[in-house]
Amino acid sequence: MNDRIAAAAALLPDYLSQHVLLSLAALIAGLAVSLPLAIWASRSPAIRWPSLFAASLVQTIPSLALLALFYPLLLAISALSVRWLGVGFPALGFAPSFLALTLYSMLPILRNGVTGLTGVDPAVIEAADGMGMTGRQRLFQVELPLAAPVIMAGIRTSAVWTIGAATLATPVGQTSLGNYIFSGLQTENWVSVLFGCVASAVLALCADQLLGLIESGLGRRSGWRIWTGAIGLCLGAAVCLSPLASRASGPVYRIGAKNFSEQYILAQLMARRLEAGGARVAIRDDLGSATIYRALAAGEIDAYVDYSGTLWANVLGRPDNPGRAAVLKGLTAELARRDRVLVLGPLGFENAYALAMTEARAHALRIASLDDLAAHAPSLTLGSDLEFLSRPEWKSVRTAYRLAFAKTVSYQPTFMYAALTSGEADVISAFSSDGRIAADHLVVLTDPRHALPPYDAVVLISPQRAHDQRLLAALRPLIGAIDVATMRAANYSVDRADGKASPAEAAARLDAGLKTGAARPR
Amino acid sequence: MSASGVAIALNEVAKAWPGGGARIGPLNLEIAAGQFVALIGGSGCGKTTTLKMINGLVAPDAGAVTVAGRTTGAEAGHLLRRRIGYVFQEVGLFPHLTVAENIAIGPRLAAWSGQRTADRIAELLELVSLPRELAARLPAALSGGQRQRVGLARALAAEPAIMLMDEPFGALDPLVREALGAEYRALHERLGLTTVMVTHDVAEALVLADRVLVMEAGTIRADGTPVALLAVRDDAAVQALMEAPRRQARRLEALAAEAEAGHE
Repeated sequence: MNDRIAAAAALLPDYLSQHVLLSLAALIAGLAVSLPLAIWASRSPAIRWPSLFAASLVQTIPSLALLALFYPLLLAISALSVRWLGVGFPALGFAPSFLALTLYSMLPILRNGVTGLTGVDPAVIEAADGMGMTGRQRLFQVELPLAAPVIMAGIRTSAVWTIGAATLATPVGQTSLGNYIFSGLQTENWVSVLFGCVASAVLALCADQLLGLIESGLGRRSGWRIWTGAIGLCLGAAVCLSPLASRASGPVYRIGAKNFSEQYILAQLMARRLEAGGARVAIRDDLGSATIYRALAAGEIDAYVDYSGTLWANVLGRPDNPGRAAVLKGLTAELARRDRVLVLGPLGFENAYALAMTEARAHALRIASLDDLAAHAPSLTLGSDLEFLSRPEWKSVRTAYRLAFAKTVSYQPTFMYAALTSGEADVISAFSSDGRIAADHLVVLTDPRHALPPYDAVVLISPQRAHDQRLLAALRPLIGAIDVATMRAANYSVDRADGKASPAEAAARLDAGLKTGAARPR
Repeated sequence: MSASGVAIALNEVAKAWPGGGARIGPLNLEIAAGQFVALIGGSGCGKTTTLKMINGLVAPDAGAVTVAGRTTGAEAGHLLRRRIGYVFQEVGLFPHLTVAENIAIGPRLAAWSGQRTADRIAELLELVSLPRELAARLPAALSGGQRQRVGLARALAAEPAIMLMDEPFGALDPLVREALGAEYRALHERLGLTTVMVTHDVAEALVLADRVLVMEAGTIRADGTPVALLAVRDDAAVQALMEAPRRQARRLEALAAEAEAGHE
């Protein structure tokens, strides 16, 4: 327990500084846009309704979706910018998170701004006009000072929202305190999840209290409150941001990872090998499986591990299954031709989608293959991960075996296994390299009709790094070096409930095994 | 002050509000420098709008308003308003500023030096009979009468030659109202001001003003000294209006006599 807290605390300077940088930037930008808009809207009812409506509409979009939507949007804009201006910009990481959170931060500031400014006593306005103030003097000397406490309350709400929502920037590739939560959720490391929640809550609470001090200072004309709050905020931000300044410069290799344990471990393994060669590495965890390939092709990450069947079906859109070797060969040629992406080679194991049942249930129903399953499916429940049911593999299995389940339920992978062992699901879309298959005594159903494509884990390199000798030299020894038993053991060491290892520890063990040759397939 | 001694002139001034509401004008009017003019009439007759056309808060649809020889609209409205004191019933003190800071607004807009402004604040507090300790208070800590005194001081701060007052004493209790009215009349003399005061109180108008304008439905129905208006016999409406305070006074006299008799 204590070393897990220590491990989480070691990541805090990086996560916290990025989190604060993101929230602060979004809040300042939100303020810069919504305050003038509030002033305009308070004077013109024609602007008031549409602007408040638009800001409210943004709030109704779930914040995770709002963040995710900015990725394809920026990707399209970047493509246009490349075409017209010759320069692109990153569509992953800071930019989409910043833009989404800026939009997200606007409503409270805008609404309180309009309320505060339209709520100023008309007699005071008449006095200001009657004394010969210009519109600008009236705004800055009378209206804004009088509306300040209300506006400040809006900024305070907005700060708390933004700090909370910034944890959701992790899946679009921006490091934040959300990394604790997303990674912890995947590896069932509840200490990490809790650490992330507490850290983000404490941050939000501190910001709220300091802004609250300024708010009450403005209301009571108390200078010391305003200054204490303002100085506290500046000091806090400076302390949180200081790790950013001490970052060494030099080229950084960005390694991507999807959102499950095997991906975290392999990303850590690649990072270790690069760092052993003296390179600096940044890991982008928890990327969506649809966006990660595009991020690589666009050069926003330099390397990651994907699976041949996934690329074959989802990236190349191929419905056929010509066999393991042909798929690998076809992929290597086609990705190089189409996107200039380098397929460095297979790691040596498969992580296939495979339908699995508990041993006991499979024996009781006498199910060993997908053909056997088809007869029982109408009375069974299928538990899947969040994407399986919308993937082409599911379509092809369903048609090949005419599967029709009584019910289908989607889960986070962690909870999917729990649903199977607890009996809430009868069959799940498991992963063949998952350690829990052995640990939970599961049976993988055979696929006699070859409806599921092969899923060799392959290392992909971005076009910009395809000739980077340092990167290639660091990663080449991994090719063909990890068999499925080794990967399952590494995965299980992270996924197990008791005595679990962190992905970094599992990667270290894997790396040590590679060096002594123990992990090499026979 | 213009050479002719005319402080304010309205020439064929008209204003109509959209939506077919009240129409004002055409108004023709000259107010001499140093005059104390009261504008009376029922609500909605156009008194306040007329006042606001003089300091440019409301632009007339037609005609010309001339203040101290300059036609309004020829210069930016806020520059005109800095030379005119403005007092109204709700006072409109800035609640986030102290009494001293409220009074300093006009001098600050006119870019006076700090020392000159500070001297002026002290002088004005004395002029409107407010103790100096009030200078550092916020308006919320003042009584209604004190607030209106601060409003008056604020309007006088930048040494305007013209004062516009819209029901200035309307929200005060009778004793404070009478005292403050008399004090202002004295200030008007002492500072050589030109004053236009809107009121619905006929007695107040007759007691304080040199000249009373009776407005009705956007036009001036009668115009004269209090003595002349009290003597009107050919206009039943004006006569009735002038009668009202005297009728009230006679009734009060009778009641007072009864009270005296009761004592004996």
